[in-house]
Amino acid sequence: MAGEQVKFGAPLKIPGWVNYALIPFINLVAALLISGIVILIIGDNPIEALHVLLYGAFGYPEAVGYTLYYTTNFIFTGLAVAIAFHCGLFNIGAEGQAALGGLGVGLICLNFDGLPLWIILPLAMLAAASFGAAWAYIPAYLQAKRGSHIVITTIMFNFIAASLMTYLLVEVLIDPNGQSPESRPIAETTWLPYFHDILSMPQTPLNLSFLYALILSAGFYFLIWHTRWGYEIRVVGQNETAARYAGISSSKNIILAMMISGALAGFVGINEIQGVHHRLILDFTGGYGFAGIAVALMGRNHPIGIFVAALLFGALYQGGSELAFEMKSVNKEIVIVIQGLIILFSGALEHMFRPKIEAAYRRLARARTVEAG
Amino acid sequence: MSEQSPALELRRINKSFGPVHANKDISLSVDRGTIHGIVGENGAGKSTLMSIVYGFYQADSGDILVNGKTCRIENPQSSIEAGIGMVHQHFMLVDTFTVLENIILGIEGGYRLKEGLSAARKELVRLEKEYALEVDVDAIVGDLPVGLRQRVEILKALYRGAEILILDEPTGVLTPQEADHLFRILDTLREQGKTVILITHKLREIMAITDNVSVMRRGEMVAHVRTGDTSQAALAELMVGRSVLLHVEKETAAPKETLLAIRNLNYVDIDSVPRLKNINLDLRAGEILGIAGVSGNGQSELLEVLGGMLAPTSGSIKFKGQELVGNKTFTARNLRKIGLGHVPEDRHRSGLVLPFSANECSILGYHDKPEYNRGLQLDRNSMVETCNTYIEKYDVRPPDPYLKASGFSGGNQQKLVLAREMEQNPDVLLVGQPTRGVDIGAIEFIHKQLIKMRDAGKAILVVSVEIEEVMSLADRIAVMFDGGIVGELPAAEATETQLGLMMTGVREPKSDAKATI
Amino acid sequence: METFQIIILLLDATFRIATPLILAALAGMFSERAGVVDIGLEGKMLGAAFAAAAVAAVSGSAWVGLGAGILTSIALSMLHAYACVTHKGNQVVSGMAINIVVAGLSPTLAYAWFSMGGQTPPLGGDARFKSIVLPYAETARDVPVIGYIYAELISNHNIIVYMAIAAVPICAWILYKTRFGLRVRAVGENPHAVDTAGISVDWLRYKALIMTGFLCGISGSYLSTAHGAGFIRDMTAGKGYLALAALIFGKWRPVPTLFACLLFAFTDAVQARLQGVELPIVGVIPVQFIQALPYILTVLLLAGFVGKAQPPKSIGEPYIKER
Repeated sequence: MAGEQVKFGAPLKIPGWVNYALIPFINLVAALLISGIVILIIGDNPIEALHVLLYGAFGYPEAVGYTLYYTTNFIFTGLAVAIAFHCGLFNIGAEGQAALGGLGVGLICLNFDGLPLWIILPLAMLAAASFGAAWAYIPAYLQAKRGSHIVITTIMFNFIAASLMTYLLVEVLIDPNGQSPESRPIAETTWLPYFHDILSMPQTPLNLSFLYALILSAGFYFLIWHTRWGYEIRVVGQNETAARYAGISSSKNIILAMMISGALAGFVGINEIQGVHHRLILDFTGGYGFAGIAVALMGRNHPIGIFVAALLFGALYQGGSELAFEMKSVNKEIVIVIQGLIILFSGALEHMFRPKIEAAYRRLARARTVEAG
Repeated sequence: MSEQSPALELRRINKSFGPVHANKDISLSVDRGTIHGIVGENGAGKSTLMSIVYGFYQADSGDILVNGKTCRIENPQSSIEAGIGMVHQHFMLVDTFTVLENIILGIEGGYRLKEGLSAARKELVRLEKEYALEVDVDAIVGDLPVGLRQRVEILKALYRGAEILILDEPTGVLTPQEADHLFRILDTLREQGKTVILITHKLREIMAITDNVSVMRRGEMVAHVRTGDTSQAALAELMVGRSVLLHVEKETAAPKETLLAIRNLNYVDIDSVPRLKNINLDLRAGEILGIAGVSGNGQSELLEVLGGMLAPTSGSIKFKGQELVGNKTFTARNLRKIGLGHVPEDRHRSGLVLPFSANECSILGYHDKPEYNRGLQLDRNSMVETCNTYIEKYDVRPPDPYLKASGFSGGNQQKLVLAREMEQNPDVLLVGQPTRGVDIGAIEFIHKQLIKMRDAGKAILVVSVEIEEVMSLADRIAVMFDGGIVGELPAAEATETQLGLMMTGVREPKSDAKATI
Repeated sequence: METFQIIILLLDATFRIATPLILAALAGMFSERAGVVDIGLEGKMLGAAFAAAAVAAVSGSAWVGLGAGILTSIALSMLHAYACVTHKGNQVVSGMAINIVVAGLSPTLAYAWFSMGGQTPPLGGDARFKSIVLPYAETARDVPVIGYIYAELISNHNIIVYMAIAAVPICAWILYKTRFGLRVRAVGENPHAVDTAGISVDWLRYKALIMTGFLCGISGSYLSTAHGAGFIRDMTAGKGYLALAALIFGKWRPVPTLFACLLFAFTDAVQARLQGVELPIVGVIPVQFIQALPYILTVLLLAGFVGKAQPPKSIGEPYIKER
């Protein structure tokens, strides 16, 4: 009997565009509205701010390059958080996994800089993936086998990663000719080509890793919806009893999903270290791991949604830096406010708008069918 | 006036959960100073009814009268104030608290605990003596055995001044000795003038302790009788009812070799409660073995153990002569590979992944078979094709392989699961509650499919709480009670009365029951 | 005497560092014992730190600033309650959202209102909590051992340090000796038991989260108006998470949590002293290792390698009446 309480009282199907476009859009609007109010309070014009932001993000070729460069990182971390979500896990550790990924890239580039790029690049990717995955493996193992809550352990691992990176850059990898905690520059032969090296466009940090992020998005889609491994991950994430019934191991899939998650986060290192900074530095992860949560939530864990959300965040990051120059009292941090509000509305308060929107849709749809009939 | 009025009276109570009408026009009258039993199968609506009385849910319509006066019961608080106490099936206790702390929770008497605790301690000494309910009030509840925890629940209700005490399936978790002790306590309560409502599906208990009994079936109240005027057999019949099952046309079975041999199978759950006790069963090719029994007597665990979802504690299971227990390959996945299909009892909990589309659900458990994979890739076309075949063959509606599983009705969901498991053509098929929540047309279809499979020489194990379903489907019937097999008999010789008695744990059916054949 | 002095100074520093941790961990205790995960301690602290510094700078009174800090923190805590209790949202996501919103909002407002690059003006005079010299502290200083301890370790702290120390027994009393505490502990273990006892689960969790907001507000205000002299962006620097770790390490109990906070603070104080110091046998211990130690210990504890942390049973799950 207990199993019989399905609500087939509401047979009207909610179409995908409501779920994947309308609701995220409404969440975005709510976040922007509140940020607008904040801008009003501090005495500036929100419409003008939005204008500056959009111009700063897309208004000229250079801006677009920067926007896409940020987008690249958000795609990596957004996918990372999303695959964990698909397995029913909350990976707050993308920040630390990204840091470790960067370390892997740095170690390869620093130690094998005699090798040509076509050998270095796969090696660096492998290192980014395996360092990130290894850093995610421990919390995953502890969750799967010892029941330690992965949210807390991944938070702790972010801090441990930060300490580890500081130690390595202060004590071990530090450039002997320098003062600040960073490694020597990596050889120019190991740099990832910039877009402006290939296409005729102004100098921006946008590099080949953007294409790689797109390829990974496609791979993500393929893995999650078109392979038996993705299938298993989703079964575990949606219904652990059904997984047991179907003979699918939860612990194996938890570990697998988290390791892929860590590997995806680790690729931030490719973009940042091999693509832009060309040396190992501290804090190159710059909050991308946390922003990945917002990206995944807003993108509803689907690569297309994640791409759109990542582009939005890329635009916010790039446009945000423009704000500081153009506006009297608004500066870049407003972007972080918007990011937080998006997490709030599309994550924590998802049950606030959704039922109302769905009910409204049903009402409208019924009214229409009645009219038609 | 109040001398004559019943302690509790319910008038035309209705309650629906979405499309499920859990309580239909229920009326009930419980006399003061009596023990009143309410029987019915799981899902008959007993617990819902009592949750309404306790203020956990509000009835959609109807009245509740306590001592002849209409009472608005909006939440547990108002129910407590009306003098109603409830001992829930799953104890509402805080395991990390002492008995004393649990008892005063909600009526602490002032913001400081000290006074409340010492006042409660005194009062409890009195209550314990009056009702013979000895418990160490300073013990941590989590350390107490279940029987004592239940006593704490009773004390909790009495401490709140309950005059009417509702016990929901109180003996489900008790040993027979503990149950006997509980009955003595209930007896004392009755002597002291309290009113007790006992909800159970165990008829032996009803006969042993109650004054009156009401029977519920599928959300309706079907009978009120004095316990002295009825019998277990009569109650069993009322409880199960005569469902509208159509007779299943089938030839006599021609069983061949044993495919599944179960010997001395035991399973003890994580709370160290024995759920399966020394099960011995043989399942042969070309027959349907039906497992009858009131739900909650170990059938679910039996299915989960045989389906590779739970590891048995001891015993032997031989599948086509090959020992499974202790074998590394005894997993749900491998069982499917060697030819064991499993239609689980609860399609929502395990048979389906509700947010998945029908075509994704139609490969659950078989997703790594070569026909659904093309190299690395899941073969979406073949999945949809498979699903379409199932939809066509089993008449699943709406015929949309892309619809989410949650979008189908119960009957159609069940058909999807059945199709998936049967179309893999297993040698042994486990089926739990084949037609639960399924409409009549689909029931007939499902039964025919099962018979067809049997005639093709497969071995089928059907677990059902619908006694008629077991009788019409099975060739042989084994009855489970309290984790063990009470007895086994050919379906042709079984009568409903006899099975009903066995379902209450009576090992030797009376001879007059046999004579009615 | 040299070593003795070092130890006293270390302990003195430990208290100063531990103060915000103790208050925040106790704050988290109320939320988590009531069954609501609170990874938003960091955000609430930061919000309070900003509000307290901003209001203190404008009003010139540290006390008014403290009030503003507490109110801000309670408001954030109520947002958490609104999302997680009323709307049954994901508690981790909500905490995360609060942390990020505040991390953006506080420098934004600071920049707009004070135009000092995301800081508040430096606080002085009555706008900052000053150290309190206990009676006879200076005269007692010359009394060997005890006098020195009195003057250096016990005296000469600001009021919030003493508040933090007092908060431990007070919170323990509230949690274990009052009706409210009993109910909070009950709702975190088994909300169904609370509901059937006729108590509103939602309202109880709201009340617990008000406590959380209150204590977190004091904690944050300490950073900007007592320990520091003004708000700096990201001035909590992970202290909210460290407090959370201390709470887990203290197994959600007040006194062990106090010791966890002191331990974590002590490692921090030692770390500042040990920079490059060669120790016998082990040699130089990397500072970063000592910094990471609290987190490593917490992970080990969670994994069950050092003792076993048994969280409140219903933690993280929104309360939904079952059928």
